[in-house]
Amino acid sequence: MLHVTLQQGGASINPNNVRLRINGSEVAVPEGTTILKAAALNGVEIPTLCEIEGLTPYGGCRLCIVEVSGTSKLFPACTTPAAQGMEVTTQSPKLYEYRKMVLQTLLAERTHICAVCVANEHCELQANANNHGVDHVMYERNWSCESIDSSHEFLVIDRNRCILCTRCIRVCDQIEGAHTLDLKFRSKSTNVIMDQDQNWGQAMSCTSCRKCAKVCPVGAIYIENENIEFTKDRDIAAFLSKRRRRSR
Amino acid sequence: MAEKKIRIDPITRIEGHAEVVIQLNEDDSVREALFKVVEFRGFEKFTEGRPFYEMPQITSRACGICPVAHLLASVKACDQIAGVAPPKTAVMLRRLMNMGQIIQSHALNFYHLSGPDLLMGFDSDPAKRNIFGLIDSQPSLAMRGIRLRKFGQEIIEKVAGKKIHPGEWMRPGGAKWPLTQERVDYLQSFLPEALDATTKTLDMWKQMLDGLQEEVEHFGNFPTHYMGLVTPDGGLEHYDGKIRIMDPQGKVAAECVDPTKYADFIGEAVEPWSYMKFPYFKAVGYPDGAYRVGPLPRLNVASYCGTPLADEEFKWFKKLGKNGVVQSTFHYHTARLIEILYCIETVKQLLEDPQILSKHVTSNVQVNNFEGVGVAEAPRGTLIHHYKVDEEGMITYNNMIIATENSNIAYNMAITQVAKKYVKARELQEGMLNRVEAVIRAFDPCLSCATHAIGQMPLDIRLFDASGRLLDRKLR
Repeated sequence: MLHVTLQQGGASINPNNVRLRINGSEVAVPEGTTILKAAALNGVEIPTLCEIEGLTPYGGCRLCIVEVSGTSKLFPACTTPAAQGMEVTTQSPKLYEYRKMVLQTLLAERTHICAVCVANEHCELQANANNHGVDHVMYERNWSCESIDSSHEFLVIDRNRCILCTRCIRVCDQIEGAHTLDLKFRSKSTNVIMDQDQNWGQAMSCTSCRKCAKVCPVGAIYIENENIEFTKDRDIAAFLSKRRRRSR
Repeated sequence: MAEKKIRIDPITRIEGHAEVVIQLNEDDSVREALFKVVEFRGFEKFTEGRPFYEMPQITSRACGICPVAHLLASVKACDQIAGVAPPKTAVMLRRLMNMGQIIQSHALNFYHLSGPDLLMGFDSDPAKRNIFGLIDSQPSLAMRGIRLRKFGQEIIEKVAGKKIHPGEWMRPGGAKWPLTQERVDYLQSFLPEALDATTKTLDMWKQMLDGLQEEVEHFGNFPTHYMGLVTPDGGLEHYDGKIRIMDPQGKVAAECVDPTKYADFIGEAVEPWSYMKFPYFKAVGYPDGAYRVGPLPRLNVASYCGTPLADEEFKWFKKLGKNGVVQSTFHYHTARLIEILYCIETVKQLLEDPQILSKHVTSNVQVNNFEGVGVAEAPRGTLIHHYKVDEEGMITYNNMIIATENSNIAYNMAITQVAKKYVKARELQEGMLNRVEAVIRAFDPCLSCATHAIGQMPLDIRLFDASGRLLDRKLR
């Protein structure tokens, strides 16, 4: 795949490329590229939580919202394809405020207590909250009492810390191919489950590969007795999908 | 100065508002005084359902001054649930950390909190009766205290990465990372100064004691039982060993070799007017089974300290009371200084042992037992954590007996004694208020009144006459 970045006023080499402006700079990317990818290819960072390289985008967390000229609607950069002539803004006071709101709703939804969390200082939710100046939550907290499943030999899920990003579900399905994990119910009752909503220790399809713990952005899935900084591996999905493509 | 406040928040399981109610007889003399702790924390309940290995970090949040003591009691209970013995180095590091904690906490009480009363006078100007007043009037002494406290805090930081709430380092089965040579060198370089500061203060304190005999006589001077950890042969101990309970005459009343049996010896009574429970010695019953914990009882129950300089002071200390039992709460201050000395010497010994640098600091942990009890000596006394877990290691029961709680009956006895001695009129006097505070401070409870902001204490004192009518109330 050939990606060509153009300076302002340049010409596109590949006829299938679309040309757009990101934060005022003109860029060209192959058709079908998401705004998030287009921005990344051109050195523009957009904050994300549910997105992780190597897995299909989900568009669940809404942290990567961007402004597109001509409409007041905000678009998630991870699922919106770049289009010809689009003018995208990735940083603005309005976006900052909206992202701050997104983070606060995530923090209010379940019980996030950084001080006693296994992922303290190694948590993407915490890091994003810090980057956005979230020093308190303006919404009333739910103080969830979701279940903790520690029945697996070494994998633990504390659903009180889950932000429902589905990274674990996607990595289990798309990379490991086991599809042990999935979601049940809707809205506030949504939860990550194993097989037919069984205890993890009884979930026959689980291969104990640990990839769910490696990609979990927070402290919801972790390995008992292992320092979380050794567990977490944000690049595991991209690395494995690349290798698997090559071996095929 | 009024706008500048030192805020330590959150602090302890019972940090916050304390209330003293003084009840008068018909003739206006004092009948009794009640020490009320009106805050509820709920750690024992809300930890139910959490994985056991989270307990050190969660429960240590009960206290910002002595989180290390909670970490130790908690992690020892977790060690038992896992049925593992931590590697020797991990135990040494935990001990080292506890020594740092006791040094810093004792220095905080002696110099910062009680120091202004003791060194500037109980009736001195309240506006200046604080650590800043002490810095103005006796700068070199105040600096010694501040540096000594820093030494304690630095030990905790060098071992566990953080001065306050170093929970991340502690783990069931051992610790997360080892100590480095560089850090050992740094701590060793601090030792001579810390030792010098302590011996100088102890010498000064011995000279001062002659002029403080009235306080020795009336500040919580009554017989109770005493409790503390001792080594298998009866020496001073803060991390492991057996619980020894001594009667008021100095005889060993009970020894609890297996800490899981603590409930055979200790009962917990509840009074409707306080959220702090009233533990008592079961063999005697409630409330006569009142016992005290902390530095003074630890020295009372121990037969020796185990380090040369501290042992010399220990011999002198034992002569302050009958049969080696010192019963005045005022001598908590004396015991505190001797313990600092002991801790500094122990830190020196630990740092000189090459084993402290071993990289092997943890054992693997999983649920092997369904119950665990951890006991450690907090600066303020014996601390007990008792957990039960299900097959998956989730907490089903949690009972914590906090060091400060243990002496609760004695607090009430002590403030009653002070109130009877000093409250004569129907009007509360400032100096009287301060003496009530000072006897509480001598115990060094983990209350915000012990960590009062500059010259201020969140203390509410009410004076009732015999018919229950509120005569006077002083809020601070």
